[in-house]
Amino acid sequence: MGLRRTRSLVMKNMKMFTRQPAVVFLLLLFPIIVTATFGLAFGGMGEGGLTNFDVGLLNLDTTAADPRWAESFEGNLTELEGITVLYFDANESGQSELLQGNLDAFIVVPEGFGDSCTSYWNSPFNGSTWTNTTVELYVDSGSMIASSAMPPLVQQVVLSTIFGNEATTLDLPVDIGSPAMVEASTFSQWEFMAPGIFAFASIFMIMIVAQSLTVERDGGLLKRLGTTPLKSHEFMLSQVISYMIIAVIQVLLVFATSFVIGYRPATDASGLVFAFGMLLAFSLVNVGFGLIAATISKSAEIATGVSFIFIMPQMFLGTFMPLGGGAETIARIMPSNYVTEALTTLFLRGAPVTTLSVWMDLALVSVIGVVVLLMGVLLFRRYGTR
Amino acid sequence: MSSTISKHAIKIENLTKRFGKITAVDDLSLEIGWGELFGLLGPNGAGKTTVINILSTLLEPSDGVASVADNDVIFSADEVRRIIGVCPQEPSFYEHLTGRENIELFGDLHEVPKDLLKDRIDIMLQKIGLEDDADRRAGQYSGGMIRRVSTVMALISSPRVALLDEPTVAMDPVSRRAVWDFIRELKNNGMAIVLTTHYMEEAEEICDRVGIIDQGKLIALGTPKDLMEQHDAKDLEEVFIRLTGKKLREAV
Repeated sequence: MGLRRTRSLVMKNMKMFTRQPAVVFLLLLFPIIVTATFGLAFGGMGEGGLTNFDVGLLNLDTTAADPRWAESFEGNLTELEGITVLYFDANESGQSELLQGNLDAFIVVPEGFGDSCTSYWNSPFNGSTWTNTTVELYVDSGSMIASSAMPPLVQQVVLSTIFGNEATTLDLPVDIGSPAMVEASTFSQWEFMAPGIFAFASIFMIMIVAQSLTVERDGGLLKRLGTTPLKSHEFMLSQVISYMIIAVIQVLLVFATSFVIGYRPATDASGLVFAFGMLLAFSLVNVGFGLIAATISKSAEIATGVSFIFIMPQMFLGTFMPLGGGAETIARIMPSNYVTEALTTLFLRGAPVTTLSVWMDLALVSVIGVVVLLMGVLLFRRYGTR
Repeated sequence: MSSTISKHAIKIENLTKRFGKITAVDDLSLEIGWGELFGLLGPNGAGKTTVINILSTLLEPSDGVASVADNDVIFSADEVRRIIGVCPQEPSFYEHLTGRENIELFGDLHEVPKDLLKDRIDIMLQKIGLEDDADRRAGQYSGGMIRRVSTVMALISSPRVALLDEPTVAMDPVSRRAVWDFIRELKNNGMAIVLTTHYMEEAEEICDRVGIIDQGKLIALGTPKDLMEQHDAKDLEEVFIRLTGKKLREAV
């Protein structure tokens, strides 16, 4: 084994990674940008407290015998954290603002609202005597957050208006337990996505492996190397080492970026070390797929396109995209899916690193990595160097 | 590697290489000695590069035998690769590396001792007139500069046998002469050098012996002077015309 030869080729690759802008972007900047943009975009979703809603309010109950009910509704709505109430005199103007995206929701308090509330308290146990009215709620259908968050908020305001603020804190003889999964409801959307993003960030390594090898082959460099004492296993080892170094750097960058934007995985140092190991094993898969893509590509340009055959399924069926039905079944053959699953167990569910399932996932990804890498090496040596 | 000093640097016997129905090299036999600068001449497509590729262990012959320092190019390919230095026709190099780094990489691949390597690179860069540009990225080099770097990449290991495929093509006259001087010096150190070219004046100027190939066949072999005398020609170009009935440039 010529360690010096392998080391020299690794150094050559490292210089390629740092000196070619396109490679620097794809291998190092792209994971940072993906992590930062997804983290910032989805970091607030699901937490509620950090999101501010502009809510339009039209009160049609101004002429009622007892206008205090409607005023109480307004007051309760205004007191909600993260709600800015904008008042309207006409339904049309409120609807127009909602359509233009200037409001997250528009609420119409109907004429007779106060009468309805009074009728309830006059005979709380006889529904047939109540005067029924409907508070109309319109939400911005273009906002997933508003669509999901506003109905329960308005429900809470109605309850507070009729029963008082104590209504939501009544003592009951029966408690609802808080199973661990209830905790998940306080997570942001980003925290659900983060494990998949870590896997996603290194998938594009496939393209760089395929491109760099086809460029070396097309430029006659592989042939030239073939006239030196360099052994093919030394060359392949240099490739694997180079891309594993890149994988380590990628993981560090992605972790650092997500830490900066506030992500704190529910694991300890051992969990992070495990995640490193998992992503290194996954880099074997990506180098292997890159070698296969290079083998079947006749030029660097074609290699770019062919790489997506391996990138897209892993990306859409094994990272942060929600899966269901048939997609979930297909995802079982995606190595990235097992990376995401293990990291989700550690980072989101807070399972300890001793959990059997994460080690099963690591073993599976490692075995797939070695198999795909060996296939890639054999195919590239046999057919790819011509 | 053979433990004894081989009689011939290169020995080729009845070498034939076929690509499908095309015969690129046809029953070629040749012996090249140590310290000899041998020119393989002929038009493009004559089979020169195929011979170089077989001697470089990149291609396997269809028939016949070829050996370098008594090492068969098929059965002792690893030994052959340790003692040859190859400058391919297309100057393959890493664009993102500097000229110096490209040369250093090939020195490392041949495991040239580190302390020796640095000095050797400096000396060789000076000899081919590239010392001022050695630390620029090779992707920014002119065609002639790339050729010169490519030649040094082949010779940095001080190979016992150098296989130089059209090393001076596209070079300006000054650079070409610098490379000629450099090659002559290597020859004087005992290195066997095979040089392919279709520049007849180059062969006349620096080669000890030449072999003229046309359509895969060796049609003439000898010193430039002997060949010119034998065929009553004023230069090798005329020798080629007399042997084939066509001009070398037309054939190119």
